[in-house]
Amino acid sequence: MKYIDEFRDGALAKGLARAIAAEADPARSYRLMEFCGGHTHAISRYGLEDLLPPNVRMIHGPGCPVCVLPIARIDAAIWLARQDGVTLCTYGDMMRIPASGRISLLKAKAEGCDVRMVQSTMDALALARRHPERQIVFFAIGFETTTPPTAVALKQAQAQGLGNFSVFCNHVLTPPAIAAILDSPEAGSENGVRLDGFIGPAHVSTVIGSRPYEPFADGYRKPVAIAGFEPLDVMQAILMLMRQINDGRHAVENEFIRAVTREGNAKAQALMAEVFRLRDTFEWRGLGLLPRSALAIRDAFAPWDAERRWDVPDQPVADNKACECGAILRGVKRPAECKLFGTACTPDNPMGSCMVSAEGACAAHWTYGRFRTAGKERRP
Amino acid sequence: MTLPRRAHPRPLDIAHGRIDLSHGGGGRVMAQLISEMFVAALDNEPLRRGNDQAAFDVPGGRMVMTTDGYVISPLFFPGGDIGSLAVHGTINDVAMAGARPLSLSAGFILEEGFPLADLSRIVESMARASKEAGVPVVTGDTKVVEKGKGDGVFITTAGIGMVPPGVDISGDRARPGDAVLVSGTIGDHGMAVMSRREGLAFETDLVSDSAALHTLVADMVAAVPGIRTLRDPTRGGLAATLNEIAAQSGVGMALTEAAIPVSPQVRGACELLGLDPLYVANEGKLICICAPEDAGPLLDAMRSHPLGRNTALIGHCRADDHHFVQMETTMGGTRVVDWLAGEQLPRIC
Ligand code: SF4
Repeated sequence: MKYIDEFRDGALAKGLARAIAAEADPARSYRLMEFCGGHTHAISRYGLEDLLPPNVRMIHGPGCPVCVLPIARIDAAIWLARQDGVTLCTYGDMMRIPASGRISLLKAKAEGCDVRMVQSTMDALALARRHPERQIVFFAIGFETTTPPTAVALKQAQAQGLGNFSVFCNHVLTPPAIAAILDSPEAGSENGVRLDGFIGPAHVSTVIGSRPYEPFADGYRKPVAIAGFEPLDVMQAILMLMRQINDGRHAVENEFIRAVTREGNAKAQALMAEVFRLRDTFEWRGLGLLPRSALAIRDAFAPWDAERRWDVPDQPVADNKACECGAILRGVKRPAECKLFGTACTPDNPMGSCMVSAEGACAAHWTYGRFRTAGKERRP
Repeated sequence: MTLPRRAHPRPLDIAHGRIDLSHGGGGRVMAQLISEMFVAALDNEPLRRGNDQAAFDVPGGRMVMTTDGYVISPLFFPGGDIGSLAVHGTINDVAMAGARPLSLSAGFILEEGFPLADLSRIVESMARASKEAGVPVVTGDTKVVEKGKGDGVFITTAGIGMVPPGVDISGDRARPGDAVLVSGTIGDHGMAVMSRREGLAFETDLVSDSAALHTLVADMVAAVPGIRTLRDPTRGGLAATLNEIAAQSGVGMALTEAAIPVSPQVRGACELLGLDPLYVANEGKLICICAPEDAGPLLDAMRSHPLGRNTALIGHCRADDHHFVQMETTMGGTRVVDWLAGEQLPRIC
């Protein structure tokens, strides 16, 4: 694993930090959004903010799959878990997201619902084969990275005629979320989320390629730099964005050429197209209803669609009023600006989704960065 | 427990037998399991006398006592099993007071249907660990629970030991300025266990670091009787243990990530799963906090012991009302090293 050590090299980081400092024009500020929760995590985990000049500010984006799921969908998952004979399988982070009435899947499990944490869709399929007497529902979440494995699971269930397996599909798409941020009324205002450039996702881009970001560079005139999840990748992408901004350019640049091409992974894209179709609209936490931003299961796979097997409730639910996750996911507020941060809301007792996942902005700031704002939290 | 010869005309069928409810029933079947498996393997004078308690003499002075439950999946992992772990873990808990461990007890909760062959492997491994450490298991207990009410085997061990005069090692004694040492690479045990876990199995040559640390501690106490704090960073890893000490002592800490020893295999496996080695369990490492002037002699003493060869000075304590454990990252930035919330989970993004 020498490869990883290379990317952790502190000397390289210092060199990049010097280059960034030299590139920073003191007469302007650079407000850069890292879309992806993986980048948010890397920035906090390695304390990269300490390596940036004060006029270069990182703004966390909505690319945390656990964070953007609205309460209604988690309520629906809990509803499914409560149905007779159902075993609900999910990725671990989902277990602790608070839903209506502060119930979570973890609490539902403690009440006796059969909720299992799985590492992959294959685990859920295996469970379905082992327990023909149970209905195994996979709570599928995530951006384009986790979508192909769900597609594979659905195809296998179909091929094997696995009647007791189904998917509760919550897969969402990256480009509509970026567009929503840029289109939001706050985007234009000086106090709002004025953005000078984007760090593009790592793993998502290996699937969709760099081409889907081109409208943001061409149409919205925002520079984009796709970056890997290693801390030096992020530093390099910051430097690339600053150079574009200083030169007045706006292009899609690719720092992550070791894994991302312009066209992406054609096989994965074909697989997704075969199994999923676009939903007309889907609710995102913080971003509201976004047209054509999420996937549903195609008719050919209808027997394995949990939303057709059960009459899953679909009532919109208002967020906790004090929780600022919505504003944080739009990049308008910072975690420490929420008055619950660090007081009523901590990772041990989360009030909002951003405090749960390791990729959530609140959890990242609490876990790694809170010494910067300690004592400055707004007390209720 | 010593029974007349040929009390059991047929020997225990270790190769094919399984635990059934009669093994915990208090009858002849249970007596046979105890004598032919437990006493045979763990063999020592108090155990052989077959009482429900062990009687032995102790020297006068300050005594420590500890107890610990072992529930682990899988039961067997590269570098050990639940048996050796139960012995090492309890010896280490005694040793972290600077004490010399004297003896252990072991309580087994067995699940109906558990193969006797596996139980025998566990007991043999326990016996080996106890003999190597020179700390006997002098009394024990067995219970059997119905199938589905246990997870194969649970073991509870207790241990006692004597603290040498003049030694006062405790988690509340760290002071600003004190040095923080760790006795070797971190994360080996947790990643070795994880590499064998169902649904997560990955190819690796990782081996658990499970080991009894009392001889290392004896060397350390001989070199510096005034050690402030010793603790083994088991569950929750280095991060949890340092936070415990910071809270107990009312200090902050400043660590240097680059100084923390992590083997390339552990680093690689953690990277693959999106985990942080700081939170991964250890079973053969200790953290030592000492006055700054004692760090040199302790480093020498620890590095001369086979279990402390890779000892490193990883940071120091400092005054901080928030009791933050902070760390300069390999990138040169600063972060908090927090307690773990929930469980560490592989990345999905
Ligand atoms: S601190 Fe908690 S309540 Fe506040 S925005 Fe973050 S998750 Fe929501």
